[in-house]
Amino acid sequence: MSTLIHIPTPLRAYAGQHATVEVEAATVGEALRRLVERHTELARHLYDGDGRLRRFVNVYRNDEDVRHLSREATPLANGDTLSIVPSIAGGAEPSAPAPPRGPRAAPDWATGADGKPALSQDELLRYSRHLILPEVGLDGQRRLKAASVLIVGAGGLGSPLALYLAAAGVGRIGIVDFDVVDESNLQRQILHGTSAVGTPKLQSAAARLRDLNPNVRVDGYETRLTSENALELMKPYDVIVDGTDNFPTRYLVNDACVLLGKPNVYGSIFRFEGQASVFDARVGPCYRCLYPDPPPPGLVPSCAEGGVLGVLPGVIGVIQGVETLKQILGVGESLVGRLMLFDALAMRFRELKLRKDPQCPVCGEHPTVTQLIDYEQFCGLTPAAEAEESAARWEIDAKTLAARVAQGDDLVLVDVREPHEFQIARIEGAKLIPLNSLPARLAELDSSREIVLHCHHGQRSMRALEYLYSSGFRKLKNLHGGIDEWSRQVDPAVPRY
Amino acid sequence: MTLVLEGDTAARVRAHLVGAYPEEGCGVLLGRDADGTRRVVDLVALDNRSPETRERRFTIAPEQFLAAEKHARARGLDVVGVFHSHPDHPAAPSAFDLEHAWPYYSYLIVSVRGGAVDGATSWRLAEDRSRFQSEPLELAPALAREPSGESRA
Repeated sequence: MSTLIHIPTPLRAYAGQHATVEVEAATVGEALRRLVERHTELARHLYDGDGRLRRFVNVYRNDEDVRHLSREATPLANGDTLSIVPSIAGGAEPSAPAPPRGPRAAPDWATGADGKPALSQDELLRYSRHLILPEVGLDGQRRLKAASVLIVGAGGLGSPLALYLAAAGVGRIGIVDFDVVDESNLQRQILHGTSAVGTPKLQSAAARLRDLNPNVRVDGYETRLTSENALELMKPYDVIVDGTDNFPTRYLVNDACVLLGKPNVYGSIFRFEGQASVFDARVGPCYRCLYPDPPPPGLVPSCAEGGVLGVLPGVIGVIQGVETLKQILGVGESLVGRLMLFDALAMRFRELKLRKDPQCPVCGEHPTVTQLIDYEQFCGLTPAAEAEESAARWEIDAKTLAARVAQGDDLVLVDVREPHEFQIARIEGAKLIPLNSLPARLAELDSSREIVLHCHHGQRSMRALEYLYSSGFRKLKNLHGGIDEWSRQVDPAVPRY
Repeated sequence: MTLVLEGDTAARVRAHLVGAYPEEGCGVLLGRDADGTRRVVDLVALDNRSPETRERRFTIAPEQFLAAEKHARARGLDVVGVFHSHPDHPAAPSAFDLEHAWPYYSYLIVSVRGGAVDGATSWRLAEDRSRFQSEPLELAPALAREPSGESRA
């Protein structure tokens, strides 16, 4: 195996003035022996009296110090080059004591001898802009590598957050998500690409993060976070980040963090506005100190119903990322005790002070919640199975509706979406009565005729149905899956959005 | 052998060392030896990686030096020396400099006082490693003592 050895200028006088010497060798040690066999004068410059490499002499295989590989046993492959590199030092003060003699020990950051993870040469380069920040430095970078963060939800907030945490070198990133990538996610969930549509979000998230930084361990949990699994899933992680979009999970994450004594980096978004904070009950308030009770079901629409500016979760998710890194590094002023409010249209940040509530049912002086509860029920949502059963009595599927329209049944189609949605897509013959104007326009409906309600996915129309029922209407149906299902099952000419 | 800093190299040495003040600055000189003259035509300014107080110590990490050597090779040059500053100390080699010196290299030492250059000297290690020998340095205006009015002290 042929290896080229680069000789530094000071040693060329002892190597026949050659800048390079080619030798046949299988290891670094063998290559150096071949070199000094040929140029015997070099030996005293390379080795000390005990036959060890001198402390001011470094040997690099390609770009790596062999002291960090297997020293002289480091194998050589064909085409490898060796460089003999002098250590250079000096200084002004003549009286300072010289450093101790003996072979130079590799520093702790390279060996991990102090118990914190070691950084490789590749990692030094990758994180160089962190390393030159005194607030991060080698120590902070190794803390990031030792740290673990669990992200609940690989969606709008989780996407930018996971990307930046992986890029920053957080050693272990866990992601909880059971969803599949949908075309409508791509407007803001930048972890996932067009080619990932229809595949599990965890899959595209893990692939993207590993490509971004192969030094990061990515653990995916393809499950819904529940009261049964939350404590176990969250326990191994240092920081929990809430990237969910529903109240049951938000309360669940909060309560589990309080019970486990972990920081909960919170963010939420709606339309053009977002919020962020850090809830850490050990040193400040928790989410329940701010919102003891969930809003009535249906009052706060989700992003799927209310819409969201695609960049907004980028802003909020990145704030969560900054707070997560600060938690790990222990630098700066955290958002504990402060709620950051962001208004994208006004382009304004505001800040509210949050106080710990002594009466808080989970982190107060006399907590009543000491274990995880049923959060669906707590948020006023009926358990999924029960809800499906009662809804099924009122529901009509798209194909049945199409057949009944075709055979001339007397049906009134009512669309309860917003006018701008009606502009995008509509079912032929449907009458538009947006949900919030329904009470005022009740008189336009004839309770003796059968009314079929629909919206985008079937949730708002279910609420319209409940309202009409309470107003005395009985001949009611809800189009299951809304206009989206109609487009998929009946009329592909109706655009999906 | 006389050390000659060609083109803008003296000005670049000065800029780097003044910028590093009050810490010691350092770097690698690239050039060629010919006809009894060592001509410096390029340099690589480096971070001082000393783990001790950088006000009175400098260290060039081996990987930085390796990169400088590659840069020299790519340009058909050799590493011919090292430059560093002595903040608020004279431009003369210390015992510590001597102990860490390599043969062959020119050691260009620049005194920087209160952020202004206060003279420069160049040195080579004697054959028997016992001492530094002064090396003639062709006067480079950029490294001459600055008029006192310019001093930031």
